[in-house]
Amino acid sequence: MTERKIKVETLTRVEGEGGLYVRLQGEQVEEVRLEIYEPPRLFEALLRGRPLEDAPDITARICGICPVAYQMSSVHAMEMALGVEITPEIRRLRRLLYCGEWIESHGLHMHLLHAPDFLGFESGLAMAKQFPDEVNRGLRLKKHGNQLVDLLGGRAIHPVNVCVGGFYRIPSRNEFQKLVPDFEWGLNAAIETTRWVAGFEYPELESDCEFVSLSHPDEYPMNEGVMQTSSGDQIEISNYRDEFQEQQVPHSTALHAIRKTTGRPYLLGPLSRVNLNRDRLSPAARKLADEIAFEPECRNPHRAIIARGLELVHSYEEALQILRDEHSTKEPRMTYEYQAGVGMSATEAPRGTLFHRYEIDTEGKIVEADIIPPTSQNQAQIEVDLKAWVGQVIEKEESQAARLCENLVRAYDPCISCSTHFLNVTIERS
Amino acid sequence: MCKPRLAVFKFASCDGCQLSLLDAEDHLLAVADAVEIVYFPEATSHMEEGPYDIALVEGSITTPHDAERIQQIRKDARFLMTIGACATAGGIQALRNWADKDEFMQAVYATPEYIQVLETSTPIAEHVQVDFELRGCPINQYQLIEVIRSLLAGQTPRTPRHSVCLDCKRRGTVCVTVAQGTACLGPVTQSGCHALCPSYNRGCYGCFGPALQANLVSLSAQMEREGASKAEIAHKLKNFNAYAPAFRTESTRLVQLEGDQRR
Ligand code: SF4
Ligand code: SF4
Ligand code: SF4
Repeated sequence: MTERKIKVETLTRVEGEGGLYVRLQGEQVEEVRLEIYEPPRLFEALLRGRPLEDAPDITARICGICPVAYQMSSVHAMEMALGVEITPEIRRLRRLLYCGEWIESHGLHMHLLHAPDFLGFESGLAMAKQFPDEVNRGLRLKKHGNQLVDLLGGRAIHPVNVCVGGFYRIPSRNEFQKLVPDFEWGLNAAIETTRWVAGFEYPELESDCEFVSLSHPDEYPMNEGVMQTSSGDQIEISNYRDEFQEQQVPHSTALHAIRKTTGRPYLLGPLSRVNLNRDRLSPAARKLADEIAFEPECRNPHRAIIARGLELVHSYEEALQILRDEHSTKEPRMTYEYQAGVGMSATEAPRGTLFHRYEIDTEGKIVEADIIPPTSQNQAQIEVDLKAWVGQVIEKEESQAARLCENLVRAYDPCISCSTHFLNVTIERS
Repeated sequence: MCKPRLAVFKFASCDGCQLSLLDAEDHLLAVADAVEIVYFPEATSHMEEGPYDIALVEGSITTPHDAERIQQIRKDARFLMTIGACATAGGIQALRNWADKDEFMQAVYATPEYIQVLETSTPIAEHVQVDFELRGCPINQYQLIEVIRSLLAGQTPRTPRHSVCLDCKRRGTVCVTVAQGTACLGPVTQSGCHALCPSYNRGCYGCFGPALQANLVSLSAQMEREGASKAEIAHKLKNFNAYAPAFRTESTRLVQLEGDQRR
């Protein structure tokens, strides 16, 4: 039997750098590897010994695409360690900031990174000539996300306004109100976008993955809750490390996360969140999900772009509500005194659940840090799904098959920049 | 006429600086019109080999492979410009330059032997000749657009080298050090963020690296008078631009002084 290899040296339209390696024996898919060659930056080591207040500024730099998620997970974890209770107002503003990041990230991914795959373009920019309205709409939505993070966070990339206990400064009511007209437009545009992507032609693929996301009784999960799984388990954040385990596999360049109980990989991100929390989407998003007949448990990873659209609509609707109500006359942040302790938190980054755990000492210094980014957790599941997908596209001509594999990887919107746990292993080829 | 060929490369970084290019929504399509983006993996699947007219380089050099890769990029590029603190100063990951790299690796990975990394995280300019360095963590998108624009016009790009304090004055922000005694690196940090942090009621933490002729020793003395310890000040300098010469020298001096005092 002949051996065939498909190699995608550089995965494009993903954040960070990685490649893909597939080995076939005749018609048999022997091996599929998502190769991450992102150099390690050793964040967990360099945080040790630093003041706990540094955590939100420094961990933001793990990923420029979802700095808010890093800031939120770290401040929550520190607050738990310090025994700080935040006010409902601060909590609401943190959700607002999160809405901004989801709008920015989903808007970018849907229009500029992923849609080109369905329409046969090499980039969003190349698509702009034939789909000017859609690309411009995408850029505008993304800009709204940036504007919101800009206002509340001070800057769209690596916000400066987030701190342990709350915010350094809360913008004025007037500043919030100014965004309302744009966001009203954006809510409708997000609905249009979702209808648009729902009309794409989707290849058949059924993943047998276990969906995992945060879940909260009263709200769509962003910054708090228990870990809910599609097999019905509910896991407290304090048990995260006992239930989800990272393994070093010799053939791969990254740590692979699995469920400890089953030994199997799992999937985080928009598809999991929507599947597990659809009834807590905002009214407009829920109505839209029914209108476009989004299946109750969607198992096709290609369709994650639709789940992203539903979350985009949700983010606009929730953001609008907060922007309209915001009075901002209260204390921007809670004070605290140092005490030794351990704190952990998980929040929903655009790509899935992000877990932070810190140990701090009596002087407020970080003793130990543990960070599990979403892509590291999704990695193993992506490979499993890829294996099934390769089996389906194998008869195609080489470059076409490679392109189709790339398309699937992009469906997960993997963020390879979150290099805290990515390895640069020397690969043995058979 | 042939459009200039623009390429974007990434080393150890968070993608934030190249994202600034995608974030320049209003200018993006115009820039895309003025240049030909021939290599930008984050944005497009279209990839061409060099030579390139402009190469934007994000990230620091931290692996043996990357140390080789940057040499080739230099050969391929007519004009090489670094974007961001990682590429111009080694980034936050340069904190390992003060530590035992192996110990750092062990703290993060179960089987560190598999991974090849260098002892240090270094700026691009330590490896190849760099034509222009754009500072910031992240860079300022307007500065980026401006630099690309001036390159296209055949002019030498210019970015301000004065300190953040001047921008504070310009925008009328009340000084957080004077009014609240908050430690602020603004006096020694280069302009570029429009004095962002003080406008949010916090001290500057130095994203844009040392300003021209920054007087670090004097600032440390002032911070000490206000109650900060040498170790605390050193931590402030050991940030995203920790390995930039002026910050590096001062934090090293402070740590040494503190060691002497203890003895
Ligand atoms: S300089 Fe800052 S924003 Fe730019 S790549 Fe490095 S960490 Fe990211
Ligand atoms: S707040 Fe900081 S940057 Fe602004 S004037 Fe005062 S010391 Fe300078
Ligand atoms: S830390 Fe300094 S340079 Fe960075 S945004 Fe704040 S004020 Fe500007």
